[in-house]
Amino acid sequence: MADRIGDPTVVADNVHLTYRVHGASSGKGSATSAFSRLVTRKKAAGVTEVHAVRGVSFVARRGEAIGLIGRNGSGKSTLLRCIAGLLPPTGGKIYTDGQPSLLGVNAAMMNDLTGERNIVLGCLAMGMTKQQVAEHYDEIAAFSGMDNYNGKDFTRLPMRTYSSGMAARLRFSIAAAKSHDVLMIDEALATGDRDFQLRSEARIRELRKEAGTVFLVSHGMKSIRDTCERVIWLDAGKIKMDGPTEEVVAAYEKGV
Amino acid sequence: MANSAQADTVPAGGPSADGGGIPLAELAARHNLSVSGARPKLPAYIRQLWQRRHFIVAFANAKTRASYATARLGQVWQILTPLMNAAIYYLVFGLMLKSDKGVDNYVAFLVTGMFIFTFTQSAVLAGTRSISDQLPLIRALHFPRACLPISFTIVQLQQLMISMVVLCAIVLGTGEPLTANWLLLLPALLLQFMFNVGLSMIVARIGAEITDMKQLMPFLLRTWLYVSGVFYSIAHFAKDAPDWVRWILEANPAAVYIELARDALVESHAHVPMHTWALAVGWAFVVGVGGFLFFWQAEEKYGRG
Repeated sequence: MADRIGDPTVVADNVHLTYRVHGASSGKGSATSAFSRLVTRKKAAGVTEVHAVRGVSFVARRGEAIGLIGRNGSGKSTLLRCIAGLLPPTGGKIYTDGQPSLLGVNAAMMNDLTGERNIVLGCLAMGMTKQQVAEHYDEIAAFSGMDNYNGKDFTRLPMRTYSSGMAARLRFSIAAAKSHDVLMIDEALATGDRDFQLRSEARIRELRKEAGTVFLVSHGMKSIRDTCERVIWLDAGKIKMDGPTEEVVAAYEKGV
Repeated sequence: MANSAQADTVPAGGPSADGGGIPLAELAARHNLSVSGARPKLPAYIRQLWQRRHFIVAFANAKTRASYATARLGQVWQILTPLMNAAIYYLVFGLMLKSDKGVDNYVAFLVTGMFIFTFTQSAVLAGTRSISDQLPLIRALHFPRACLPISFTIVQLQQLMISMVVLCAIVLGTGEPLTANWLLLLPALLLQFMFNVGLSMIVARIGAEITDMKQLMPFLLRTWLYVSGVFYSIAHFAKDAPDWVRWILEANPAAVYIELARDALVESHAHVPMHTWALAVGWAFVVGVGGFLFFWQAEEKYGRG
């Protein structure tokens, strides 16, 4: 099938996701209670289930930029991880065109390594060849601005010395170096400064022109309005509203 | 016109409309979409893994460098650690416990055994944590997860290479001659590496599913150390034991690889029979291939944590 604007790229069919959390209740802390559970063969009391996504269905199309909004803990990031195939859904199915890429705010790179090594490792992990990494390296370092940050070459310093905004810039630059069929951005731009936000918004528009689909999670309604024409509002793991940006954002802002 | 779509219904109308209410699964099939996060078929998985070979090596190099980055002496510790270990083993087992019965060159015997066992031991320990400790990376990027246990075993291989230089120096220092036999060390270590990769993939999957493995593993490994004939000669120790006991002790993969290394380096050490080499090859292939298949079968679940 030819890649046409408007073809579906992501189809979510009644997706559910339940986290199993170990050590959530106080019972696990004491050795005697753990031992008595072993003896009585009761189910571990320390395991709690969190139903983070409860039956989400939608169709995303080529060329669309979709904003995901909702309160903290409404399941936005979890949903993106499901779409990316990083967390298998416990119920329902997600169909995608190619391999979606997720760019998250806590998408930890290796903090004990330098920015330079993180760029190389990130690109190799995304499946680039050594040669492609060499071609893209300068572009990534320059786009992130880390090669000359306040007059210092930060690519030579370990990432643990970066501020959260600087780390986010580097991560976005690495992910944006490749063109993706489906790119999902999880609040990665929130910590960037004005100048970098403008540059990354321009890059997102470019990626969309390459006929991909972009998902953007953000609490900043301005960046949602600037980049997305469709918004999905998640509330407690369910879709509360799905439609054109203006209407959904207006309803969301009224509701908050 | 926005529409408040109910959770379990297909949104109709608006930009999300999908031309007539055809079921979503059918729509996906019509446009050749694939299920996200599905486990790739084995040939595709191997192909992806081969494609990430540079990532595996680069990740291992980076981890080695980073693990010494905060120490002031830096990578000098890669040499100091095996040296100090050898000194302690000699002090405890050679001088204090005098467990050198039935062994001619006890220092070479002990240090060889310890370094070879440490290779497997540290590969298993690193393998156990290779998935559970890298969850942020796994949840952030898409790559065949087998990269991680393989990479961590390569880290241990790099450490082993340095340990081997130290080991060879110690063995020569105890008066052993440098012979062509030493070349046998290379195939022996290669087979042990294959075995280690497989084993670390097995414990990586178990460690990802059962979080208590991290706590349990040191005890299992210590037990393994004690039965592997590192401090004592199995042949001497089990000479009065029933045949099947000796057979089990000698078929233990750790003991097999240790014996091969001793045979290569220590001239006074009794030559290993041919079936020890057969066992070494067998363990390497059974655990190497089996471990890979075992790991691959849970590929799609590793992000769960």
